[in-house]
Amino acid sequence: MKLRLIVLTVVSLLAAAVCSDVAAREYREVEVADPFLEMHTGAGQGYPITNVVERGERVQIIRRKTDWFKVRNDRGDEGWVNIRQLELTLDEAGELTEIESVGRDEFLQRRWEAGILTGDFSGADTVSLYGGYSITRNLSVELWASQLIGNFSTGWLGTANIVHETWPEWRVSPYFTMGTGVIRTEPKSTLVSTPDRTDQVALVGAGVRAYVTRRFVLRGEYKSYVVLTSRDENEEVEEWKIGFGFFF
Amino acid sequence: MENRFRVLFLSAALSMAVLMSGCSSIPFFGKKADTEVAEAPEQVIEPEVERRTIKKPKIDTEDFEIGAYAGVMSVEDFGVNTVVGATLAYHFSEALFVEATYGQTDTEETSFELLSGAAELLTEDERQFSYYNASVGWNIFPGETFVTRNRTFNQSFYIIGGLGSTEFGGDDLFTINIGAGYRLLINDIFALRLDFRDHAFDSDLLGEAKTAHNLVGRLGFTFFF
Repeated sequence: MKLRLIVLTVVSLLAAAVCSDVAAREYREVEVADPFLEMHTGAGQGYPITNVVERGERVQIIRRKTDWFKVRNDRGDEGWVNIRQLELTLDEAGELTEIESVGRDEFLQRRWEAGILTGDFSGADTVSLYGGYSITRNLSVELWASQLIGNFSTGWLGTANIVHETWPEWRVSPYFTMGTGVIRTEPKSTLVSTPDRTDQVALVGAGVRAYVTRRFVLRGEYKSYVVLTSRDENEEVEEWKIGFGFFF
Repeated sequence: MENRFRVLFLSAALSMAVLMSGCSSIPFFGKKADTEVAEAPEQVIEPEVERRTIKKPKIDTEDFEIGAYAGVMSVEDFGVNTVVGATLAYHFSEALFVEATYGQTDTEETSFELLSGAAELLTEDERQFSYYNASVGWNIFPGETFVTRNRTFNQSFYIIGGLGSTEFGGDDLFTINIGAGYRLLINDIFALRLDFRDHAFDSDLLGEAKTAHNLVGRLGFTFFF
């Protein structure tokens, strides 16, 4: 009974979402200026062209998937058009259609960034998630959560960092970071059990961030940690990792 | 005659009075308006065309794909069971996408535990198998599937692989996944996905360290937004 209720709710919500999308939406209209506009059956170069729209005809842009746009002409024919062809059509003012796209300018203006990196934490494998906020173009704060998977123990590492990017306008741009956090170490269950530990850590590091395309950045970094243990000696740990992130 | 002139003058005076009271916003009536005239630059030519403000309707972008799946998962040495999970993908281009996946399944007793009747290797909690990963997928062989003579669906085959972590047997295990799948687009926003993946990790759960391969076959339903 409960399951049926959940299913019904989900289905009706989905239906509502779809219907509201269809009803009363205003679409952008463009005029074909090239000899013709090729309409593919799907959003990709591999899908066949089954229709063309001739010069002077108008089409409505219904939706976008990556670099492909679903258009509809006055006769009601629908198909997918590549951004390169769509940018050669004319808008209502008679000028070349401009499509909003995310590029390097947006990358330089970014506020939020999040991503995933993987690598080596002193012999243990690590998978890290991060989220960052840019205060200025050079300075940002980041929160990191890493899972550490070693042969003898596993653990978690959470840190808060300040990051300074010295030359943010470079396509491959180096940055420097420092921060603090906690590390939790749990010995593997197949080994003789020793108690779990939680220690404070401090870190410094450096890395590079490379803008690839759209909302996509590649990152690689090295960090050196000092684990402030309750024993007599502090532990020093080196970590390197690579991965990717998004900005928005 | 005199009467007629008087009526004419009176009506003219009346209409002037009405005009003055009703149109106080016209520049040469009233003090406030005078200053406005003095400040406004002299306009020689009245613009004939009004500037049109064109509001461009936003184009609906659907690069994210969220979904749920169910299937079977074979965990090496620990039996085959139902697996359920969720995915979130972002499509960079027609070919490339990244996807985060979560899934979980139960596992059974090993043959050794069943046959020998010995003590169980794992507790109830430790038998829960859950994983997450981040993977990169590549759509290859896009095309159309003819379901009937006149009914076609867009589809593409994809290969996918990535890294993540598995929680099983009381441990976290660094896991590599690799596989392939098939995406059938029901319409522009809904899709069916058939996916086969191998999740491999190094484990010493049964004494000797070895690479365990855990195979998943699953069917999912996704929504583009």
